[in-house]
Amino acid sequence: MNREDFPMLDGNLIYFDNGATTLKPNQVIDSMTDYYSKYCANAHRGDYSNSLKVDNMYEGVREKIKKFINAKEKSEIVFTSGATDGLNRVVFGYFKKHLKAGDEVLLTVSEHASNILPWFVLAKEIGIKIKYIPLDCHHEVVLENVEKMLSDKTKVISLAYVNNVVGDIRPIRDIVELAHQRGILVVGDGAQSISHIKTDVTQDDIDFFVASAHKFYGPTGIGFLYGKFDLLDDMDPVSYGGGMNAIYMSDGYMELREVPTRFEAGTQNIAGVIGMGEAIDYLDKIGIKNIIKHEHELKEYLVSKLKKIDNIILYNEDTAGSIVAFNVKDIFSQDVAIYLDKYNICVRSGNHCAKILNKAFNVENTCRISLCFYNTYEEIDKFIEIISNIGNIWNEIL
Amino acid sequence: MDKELKRSIILDNYQNPYHRERHDDEEGYIKINSRNVSCIDNIDLYVKMKDDKIESISFDGEACVISISSTSIMSSLLEGKTIDEAIEIIKNYDNMIEEKDYDKDILEEALVYDDVARQPSRKKCATLTWHGLYKKLLELNEEK
Ligand SMILES: Cc1ncc(COP(=O)(O)O)c(C=O)c1O
Repeated sequence: MNREDFPMLDGNLIYFDNGATTLKPNQVIDSMTDYYSKYCANAHRGDYSNSLKVDNMYEGVREKIKKFINAKEKSEIVFTSGATDGLNRVVFGYFKKHLKAGDEVLLTVSEHASNILPWFVLAKEIGIKIKYIPLDCHHEVVLENVEKMLSDKTKVISLAYVNNVVGDIRPIRDIVELAHQRGILVVGDGAQSISHIKTDVTQDDIDFFVASAHKFYGPTGIGFLYGKFDLLDDMDPVSYGGGMNAIYMSDGYMELREVPTRFEAGTQNIAGVIGMGEAIDYLDKIGIKNIIKHEHELKEYLVSKLKKIDNIILYNEDTAGSIVAFNVKDIFSQDVAIYLDKYNICVRSGNHCAKILNKAFNVENTCRISLCFYNTYEEIDKFIEIISNIGNIWNEIL
Repeated sequence: MDKELKRSIILDNYQNPYHRERHDDEEGYIKINSRNVSCIDNIDLYVKMKDDKIESISFDGEACVISISSTSIMSSLLEGKTIDEAIEIIKNYDNMIEEKDYDKDILEEALVYDDVARQPSRKKCATLTWHGLYKKLLELNEEK
């Protein structure tokens, strides 16, 4: 679908690493070039027309995101540099202030490093306890395992909506319902989900939600954090500076501006925000329903083909997402990736920033194919042909 | 060396590596872990010294064809060498990988990697355990 919009797809590149970052459509690229070449100015500053235009564009993107994820208020959207930044702000801006020694946070071993390491640091700093929700035999999160882990001390559950190694879609809405019955907050990491499933923060009743634009066809270095207004209002900024203060005095007195401006200190990534807004429009135009359908069909097709090849080990054939994790028997995943690269096929090898998952997987490293809507059946056929000939690998890569 | 020969030496060392075995917690073995965070290789070397000489080197781990084979070649090449000789060989090897001047005569089978620089991402794989051992040998030299 819509391949013509992507200049990177002009040649013979087969891009199967969409979980790492997606390619960018012309609409997004052009919107950023336009900002730099036609109305470049800072936001919230000047009284001249370009600056006003920038202000309107910038705040307009907040509105677009609000609609896209169905938040109640535009002020509940904070621009960040990405999912990692969002998670760090939530952990150090909100939870550091509200948790105390002995309080428990529930994670899983398959979370991305960005949803584990900040909690490790908080555990060191204030003595919270980290507990891992056990995964089921398909490495997935199921509600009953969440329930089993709850205690009087549990204060937060922080989980990806969609995991980045096996691609399972977590039952977040049910988890939130369960959590809220006991006054537990839930942080949703939407990095891998936002471009693949419908996000509805209001229906889900999620407390915090983060995402990165570069994983939904937008630019790198920009993303957003959603938080319920009252929670954001009770969160501390992690950076201080221009744009976010209302007044300050020489004696150290300061008053901060309102939510969300309070969280956007310094000159922001304006081009990034504009590009992210364009990416939202782009996704809306294609329609998340169409995306889900196409990706699902592609994944089924890929799995059915891979299963016919003898020496392929599949780790997640039954998961619902658009990720396929596999290995070729007796060949190291990185060597497989290098072999595929000879044919211009991009896949990721390694542990995918989930370094403690391997215990569960019983394998340190895998190759990962992460599909998206511009991938095609023809690309999969080509890949299958090449991976079937992997007997040639040493002639190709040595 | 022609490409065919190189390939067969690399593959032979990958598929039938020299001394691929663990010696965890065994008396007399120095364990050196080498990890490559960017390309996920993870190898443990076990080095046994006798006075000033490397008596044996063995290894195990999960890694790519270049890391495994180059570790195997290193192990057989450096066994029986003194610390100073081994340091000299590793320095030369490193120069070869970095496309600097080096002494061909002391590298033996390790010469198969003389064109690794053409695939820059693989330079790290070819030097992973060599660098780990080099650091340890320098330490041993200082303790002397
Ligand atoms: C599940 C998940 N969370 C968080 C992140 C971090 O995203 P970013 O690197 O854009 O901050 C990623 C990126 O791979 C991810 O897959």
